[in-house]
Amino acid sequence: MMYQDTAKVVKRHTAKAESNDKTTFGFWVYLMTDCVLFATLFAVYAVLHNNTADGPSSDGLFSLPLVLTETIILLTSSFVCGLAILAARQGRKKAVMSFLIITGLLGLAFLGIELTEFRDLIHEGHSWRQSAFLSSFFTLVGTHGLHIASGLIWLVTLLWQISKQGLSGSSLKRLTLFGMFWHFLDVVWIFIFTIVYMIGSL
Amino acid sequence: MKYKKLIFIALAVAALVALSIWYLHDKPFALFESRGVIAHEERKLMVFTLALSLVVVIPVFALLIGIVWRYRDTNQKKARYDPTWDHNRMAETIWWLIPTAIITVLAIVTWQSTHQLDPYRPIASTVKPVKVQVVALDWKWLFIYPDERIATVNFVQLPVNTPVDFEITSAGPMNSFWIPQLAGQIYAMSGMSSQLHVMADQTGDYRGSSANLSGKGFAGMTFITRVSSTSEYYDWVQSAKTIESELNQGSYDALALPSQNNPETLYGYVEQNLYDTIVMKDMGSTHTTHQHGADE
Amino acid sequence: MLLANVLGKLNADQFPHDPIAAGGALTVVGAMIVIPVLLTYFKRWGWLWNNWLTSLDHKKIGIMYLLVSGIMLLRGVADALMMRTQQAVSTGANSGILDAEHFQQVFSAHGSIMIFFVGMGFMFGIINVILPQQIGSRDVAFPFLNSVSFWLFAAGAILMNVSLVVGEFSSAGWLAYPPLSELKFSPGVGVDYWIWSLQIAGVGSLLSGINFFTTIIKMRAAGMTLMKMPMFAWSVLGSMALVITAFPILTVTLALLALDRSLGMHFFTTDGGGNAMMYINLIWAWGHPEVYILILPAFGIFSEIVATFSRKRLFGYTSMVWAIGAIVFLSFTVWLHHFFTMGAGADVNSFFGIMTMVISIPTGVKIFNWLFTMYRGRIRLATPMLWFLGFVVTFTIGGVFGVLLSVPPADFQLHNSLFLVAHFHTMIIGGVLFGYFAGLTYWFPKIFGFKLNERLGKYAFWFWLSGFVLAFVPLYILGLMGATRRLNHYDASLGWQGLFIVAAVGVVLVCIGIFFQVLQLVVSFLLRKNHTDMTGDPWNARTLEWSTASPSPVYNFAVLPTVRDRDEFWEMKQRKESLKQPKYEAIELPKNSPFGLYIAIAAGVFGFAVIWQIVWLIPIALLAVIALIIVRSSDTDTEYRISAAQVAAIEAARPRGQVV
Repeated sequence: MMYQDTAKVVKRHTAKAESNDKTTFGFWVYLMTDCVLFATLFAVYAVLHNNTADGPSSDGLFSLPLVLTETIILLTSSFVCGLAILAARQGRKKAVMSFLIITGLLGLAFLGIELTEFRDLIHEGHSWRQSAFLSSFFTLVGTHGLHIASGLIWLVTLLWQISKQGLSGSSLKRLTLFGMFWHFLDVVWIFIFTIVYMIGSL
Repeated sequence: MKYKKLIFIALAVAALVALSIWYLHDKPFALFESRGVIAHEERKLMVFTLALSLVVVIPVFALLIGIVWRYRDTNQKKARYDPTWDHNRMAETIWWLIPTAIITVLAIVTWQSTHQLDPYRPIASTVKPVKVQVVALDWKWLFIYPDERIATVNFVQLPVNTPVDFEITSAGPMNSFWIPQLAGQIYAMSGMSSQLHVMADQTGDYRGSSANLSGKGFAGMTFITRVSSTSEYYDWVQSAKTIESELNQGSYDALALPSQNNPETLYGYVEQNLYDTIVMKDMGSTHTTHQHGADE
Repeated sequence: MLLANVLGKLNADQFPHDPIAAGGALTVVGAMIVIPVLLTYFKRWGWLWNNWLTSLDHKKIGIMYLLVSGIMLLRGVADALMMRTQQAVSTGANSGILDAEHFQQVFSAHGSIMIFFVGMGFMFGIINVILPQQIGSRDVAFPFLNSVSFWLFAAGAILMNVSLVVGEFSSAGWLAYPPLSELKFSPGVGVDYWIWSLQIAGVGSLLSGINFFTTIIKMRAAGMTLMKMPMFAWSVLGSMALVITAFPILTVTLALLALDRSLGMHFFTTDGGGNAMMYINLIWAWGHPEVYILILPAFGIFSEIVATFSRKRLFGYTSMVWAIGAIVFLSFTVWLHHFFTMGAGADVNSFFGIMTMVISIPTGVKIFNWLFTMYRGRIRLATPMLWFLGFVVTFTIGGVFGVLLSVPPADFQLHNSLFLVAHFHTMIIGGVLFGYFAGLTYWFPKIFGFKLNERLGKYAFWFWLSGFVLAFVPLYILGLMGATRRLNHYDASLGWQGLFIVAAVGVVLVCIGIFFQVLQLVVSFLLRKNHTDMTGDPWNARTLEWSTASPSPVYNFAVLPTVRDRDEFWEMKQRKESLKQPKYEAIELPKNSPFGLYIAIAAGVFGFAVIWQIVWLIPIALLAVIALIIVRSSDTDTEYRISAAQVAAIEAARPRGQVV
C-alpha cells in the first residue's frame, strides 16, 4: 500500500523539472554567497577610501564619461542577454546565438575600457601599491572585472554548446543560469558605479 | 557493588581537589590579588557574574544526575516510561524565561560596569594624574613621561593613590598592554593611540606583560610596574633627570630595532613629541586621529 | 638567476634541519612513500581509484572526509603534545625543546588544523554520510560539486602538511593577525602556506554549504515538511546557512591578506594607510559564526542520540528549532567580543557583550530540552550517551565561563590569558569533538555495517574526559594567575610550572584516549563478525537512515520513503507496517568522475606556485582549473542506471532481522 504511494512520488521526484528547480535554487544560493563577497569588499572600500596615504583621493581621479560609457555598455549587454533568453524560450536558435555574441562583445568592450582605466592609473603612478584606498579600489572593481571575465568564458562555452546541441534542455537551463549571473553582475556594477565613481567624485 | 565504585570515584575526586587546594594555596593569583581601583572592581564583577551563573548551573547538574539516575534502563520497575511525552508549554516557558531573567540582570550590570570601567574614562581623583606614554617595540616596552621628559624601558615607576593616564601605541605588530593587578589589558596598535587609566592603592612591584602574540621575542616582553609612595616617586623622577642618556629620534630608531629580553633602561631626557611622531608615522590618513578605537 | 625564474623562492635551504622539524618532514615523506608501495604490493590501485578517489557516492566521500580528519587529528594532537611539553619544561634557564619561532609555528598549525581540518572535516564527513539518508534522499543535490568540495578540502590539508617538508608554517597564530602576518614582520612563506591551505579548503567548505543547503531544502522525502525534519537535519540547515553567509567573508579576508603579501597592497599594513583592525573585524565576522557552524551539527547529533538512547521523543522540538534559528541569527551580532580590548567605546562593547549573553539563552534552552528528553525515558548508557553526558557537564561549565568572558570589563582581565584558551577548548572539545565522537560511534554501524566495541569505547571516553579535565583545569587556574597564552618561556619565579606539568599529563591521558579509539577501530574491525549489524537498526532508533540496510546500499533506499510523522522510522515500527512485496523501479545514480580530484590537484598546484612565487606555474595551474571545469561540464553522460531487477536482487540479498 505504502510502497505504491511512494512509487508515484519517485516518478514525480526524478522528473527533469525537479532537477532544474534544484539547480536554479542552488545557483541562487551561490549568487547570495557572491553577494556577501561583494558586500564585504564594499565594506572594506568604505573603511579605507579615506586612507589615501599622501596619494590621490577618489575626488577627480576617475574619468566619469568613460565610466558612464562602461555602465551603458554593461546595461545594454544585460538587456541583449535578456533578449537571448526570450529568443531561446521561443526556440529561435539563430537569434539566440547572435544575441549572445552581442552580449559577449559588449562584455568584452566593458572589460577593455576597465583595463584601459587601470593601465592609465598605473601609468600615472597610482597603482594599488600606493595607498590603502587604491588597493581597495583595484580589488573591488577588479573582482567585478574577474567575474565579467569568467562570465565571458562561460558565454563562449555556452555558444559552443548551443551551436553543437541546439537549444536542448541542458543548454536552455545553462543559458537561464548565465542570464541570472550576468544580471547579477549588472546590479553589482550599479553599486560600484554609484558608490565608487559617483559619490567618490562628489 | 555499584555504590562501592561510586564512593571510590568520589573519594578520588575529593583527594584530587584537596591536593590542588594544598598546592595552590600559596601561589600568586594576579587576578585575585588586585592592587588598583580598577582591578578591584573587575575582580568583584567576575565573582558576581560567576555567582549569578550558578543559578543555572546547579539546577542543570542536579537535574542531570537525578534524571539519569532515576530513568536508567535498569530501573524499569520504579520509573515511569512515557515515550510520547514531548512537550509541555509551561515547562518550556520556564526555561526560556529563567535564563532570560538572569541575562537581563547581567545585561544591566554589564552596561553599567562597561561604562564605569571603560579604560578610556579618567579616574576621578583630587590628585593630579601622572601621564605615561607607552610604546610597544619589538620586543620591549618603552615608557615615556611627557611631562617629566624622562623615559624608561621594561619598567615603569608610578606613585600610589595617583591616577595614571596611559596612552598606548605600537611601533610594529599589535601587542596588548596588561598589568593584571592594576587593570585589564588594552591593545597597543601602530598608527593608533589607545588609553588606559589605572590607580594603584598599594605600593609594590607588579608584573606587566604583552598579552598578544607579536613575534619571536614576544614571551620576553615583560616589565615591572613599581608603585611607590608619592614622595619616593618624585625623588625617583629627580634622580632620573640627572641621567646622561637621551632619547631622541636617533637613539629611538636604534632602540626600535628588534631585540629580546632587554634590560631595564632609563633615559634622563626625551625629545619633545616623540610619541606623537611614532603614532603619526603609521597613520594612513589625515582623518584618523586619537579616536576611540575599533568601531571604524 | 634562471633557477629563481623556474623555482621562485624555492631552494635547498627550505628543507628542515633541526631534529623535531625533520621528524615531522620524515613522517610526511615516509607516508608518501609507504602508502604507494603498499598499494602497489597489494595491487589495490584500481580499487582505490574506482571505489574511492573518483566516487561521487556521498557516503564514500563522507568516509574520505572522516579519514582525512582522523589523520589531521593525530597531527593536531602531536602539536598539542609538543606545546604542552615545551611549556612544562621551558622555565628559568631551560629554554625547552623548541625555539620561539618553531613553538609559534606549532601552535599556529594546531589551531588551524583543529578548526579547519578536524572540526570541519568531521562535520562534513558525518553530514555527507548521514544527512541524505536521514531526509530520505538518494543523494546530495550536486554530487559532482560534492566531490570537488572534498578534494579541495584534501588539497588544503595536503598543502598544510607540505609546509612540514618544504619551507615553514606560519608563526602568526591560527588567525594570523596583521600587521604581524604582513610581509614586513613575517617575510617567510609560512603565512602564505596558512593563507592558501585555508583558502583552498575554505572554498571547498563554501561549495559544500551551497550543496547541503540545497539538498535539505529541495530533496527531502515526500511528506517530510520542515517541521517533520529530524533535529540533526535542522541543525545542519542552520549550520549551512551560516557557511553560506560567513565563508565568503573568510574568502575575501584571506584574499586581501594575500594581496598585501604578494602584490604589495595596503589593506592591513602599518604603512600606506592600511587598517589592521579591519582584518580583525573581518576575520571574526567569519570566525564567530564558524564556531556555531561547528557546534550546531553537534547539537543535532546529540538531539538524535538523546532521543534514541532514552527511547523517547525529543522534548520541545519546536523550541529546539527556534533555538537553532535564534543562534544562527545572533551568531552574526557578537563578533566584536573577540576584541573588547581594542578600545571600542563602552556603548559598542556593552552592546556586543549583551548580545553574547543573549545567545546563551537559546543554548541553555537546548540543554533543558535534552534533560527533559531523558525524563520519563529509558536511558541506556551506551558510549554515544556517555559522550553526551560528558558534553553536558563540560559545555555547561564552559558556557558559564563564556558568559563571564562576555562581560567586557571581566574580559579585559581574561582576554588572551590561558583562561580564554581553556574556555574555548572546553567548548570545542567538550561540544564539537565530543559531539562528533558521539555521532561517529552512533552511526558507525550504519556506515560500516558493524558496531564498535563498547568496552574500548568507554575506556576511550573516560581517558578523554579525565585527560581533558587535567589538561584544561590548570589552564583556567593559570589564567587567573595572569598567565598569557602562547608563551614559549616564562619566569621560574611565577610558580606556574607545576600546573603546566599537570596540563601536560592531561594531554598524555588524551593521547591514551586516542590510542583506545584507534584500538577500538582495529579490534572492532577484526571481530566484526561478532557484532555485525544485521538489522540495519542496531540501536532501536527513530529516523529514516536506520530503515535501510547497514551499510546502506549505493542508492540508500530501494523505494523512497513517504513521511507522515517526526521520527518517521520509529512510528513505522510502532505501526508495525507489514512488508508487502515492494514495486522496484530503476534508479539513476551519478557515475564516477576523476574531475573533482583533478581540479583539486590543479588548485593545490596553484596554491603552491603562489606561495613560492613560481610565476610561470600560476597561470598554467589556473588555466588547468578552468579547462577541467569546462571539460567536465560539457560531459552529458554523467549518470548510470540500476535496473529494477538489479535493485530487487540487491534487496533480496540484504540481511534482515527485522520487518520494515
